[in-house]
Amino acid sequence: MNLLEVASLSVTSSDGVARVRDVSFTVAPGERLGLIGESGSGKSLTAFAVIGLLPAGLKATGSVMLDDTQVVGAPEKNLVPLRGRVCSFIFQEPLTALDPLMKLGHQLAEPIARHQGLRGSALKRAVLDALDEVHLPEPERIADSRSYEISGGQRQRVAIAMALACRPRLLIADEPTTALDVTVQSGVLALLDHLVADRDMAMIFVSHDLAVVSRMTDHALVMRSGEAVERGSIGELLASPRHPYTAEFAASARRIETAFASAIARGRPE
Amino acid sequence: MSTMIQRETSAGADQDGAPPPDGRARDRRSLILIVGLLLVGAIVLIAALSLVWLPYAPSDTTGSRLDGPGLAHWLGTDRLGRDLFTEIMVGARIALVVGLGAVGVGAAIGIPVGLSAAFAVGWLDDTMSAAMDILIAFPVLLLAMLFVAVTGASLVTVTVAIGLSLSAIVARLTRIVAKRVLAEQYITAARTSGTGWLGIVRQHILPNIWPTISVNLGLLFGVAVLAEASLSYLGLGAPPPNSSWGRLLQEAQSTVVTAPLGAVAPGIALVILVIGVNLLVDGLRDVADPTQARAR
Repeated sequence: MNLLEVASLSVTSSDGVARVRDVSFTVAPGERLGLIGESGSGKSLTAFAVIGLLPAGLKATGSVMLDDTQVVGAPEKNLVPLRGRVCSFIFQEPLTALDPLMKLGHQLAEPIARHQGLRGSALKRAVLDALDEVHLPEPERIADSRSYEISGGQRQRVAIAMALACRPRLLIADEPTTALDVTVQSGVLALLDHLVADRDMAMIFVSHDLAVVSRMTDHALVMRSGEAVERGSIGELLASPRHPYTAEFAASARRIETAFASAIARGRPE
Repeated sequence: MSTMIQRETSAGADQDGAPPPDGRARDRRSLILIVGLLLVGAIVLIAALSLVWLPYAPSDTTGSRLDGPGLAHWLGTDRLGRDLFTEIMVGARIALVVGLGAVGVGAAIGIPVGLSAAFAVGWLDDTMSAAMDILIAFPVLLLAMLFVAVTGASLVTVTVAIGLSLSAIVARLTRIVAKRVLAEQYITAARTSGTGWLGIVRQHILPNIWPTISVNLGLLFGVAVLAEASLSYLGLGAPPPNSSWGRLLQEAQSTVVTAPLGAVAPGIALVILVIGVNLLVDGLRDVADPTQARAR
């Protein structure tokens, strides 16, 4: 049985423009799926529609079954129990995804308290453990800081800790490393990979970066201007793309890679 | 203070390279804060003192008419021979009580209304913001006068009247600020983690709008004090024996040439309180808003 079943999902804006058209895919428990495409291809909107959190003015039609609950058209009160517990989110820019006025420990404590019903020193312990799990140094100091007082990579680790606090079965990561620099990116990806494998979670990894996606999943859905054009293993998509867009996408990724490799070979990156 | 220092040192270590706070700007800030504290503190002290000690019983004729300032009457007497300093002290109490009460009423009504307006969409949003805009178009004083004219003047009705007039201002500000916070990604992030709307209002919206709202409530306190004085001046304020500064001004009007202190003294008291509150609020803004402290 599938954890997530998306069938002919469309997202339409109030002026009638279809931003996502007739997208269908499934995610089984523990399965990882990459959602790739250029910006504006509707991959993030598809991800938000999964959890019923589309921006104002956008409307979803079709069917999204998340853990046997219909998300499309469901009232807010049916969706709140799903969020965080069944499915949670990691955002591209951790600085804006964390409340600037709230201490990070306090922010992290919120979902932990709600999920595990802890209070007082037990809650504090759990918060520090959660920070430790995402390999943050000095958990006490981080818990006592606000989001702008720590580095970008540390922020994303806190965001990951928050997303995992309620032990979700599906993690949606929306370009989680795009805002980070390359060295930090690698560490965060390794951490995500490890945590998702460790807890046997399913994951939807949204990215425009084929190289990053191929590190996290071996299966991807390629999206272009709101439509899913191809689904397959990353190896297949790269080696024998059936859709011309996938070929183009793979070729551009390869071009960047060769340009990078030759720049390194010349000894001065451009 | 120690937490502020701590925060600034750790902000200085931020990898984004927040510039270290400019020392001179901070000194200017703390000077403003200190002057504001002194001015407001003086009025508060006088008002507090008036509860336990007054030079004379209020509204007792204790001297001859329009005495100049002297040892017996520090600021002289009014045209009925009452001690002016005594009346200024009682007036300080009234100004503070009405000011705080009015701001309290304004916040108690304005913040919930503004918050619900921030969540409203479509025609409800349009109607609510139009209603607020129309109410704001009326001067605070005019609305308060209408209300007092209907209910009759007493300390309570004056306070409620001013508070109601302020509530439209508070509501509109709350709506705007809350809408801006609602659009932030951390609200979406909180929702994806399963926080309900009530939790979002309590944990994210209220703390994030509070710096802006509290500063404005402080400024509105000044508006409320002036409105109270104006209502009293017009004879619509709290009736005697509540010697409001506005009423003192009005009573001294006819004798302003022969005994100018009768009008000057309550006028100065009013200016001290209003300017003091404005400076105090300006200085306190830093303490209330950590993100502003960082940007500076």
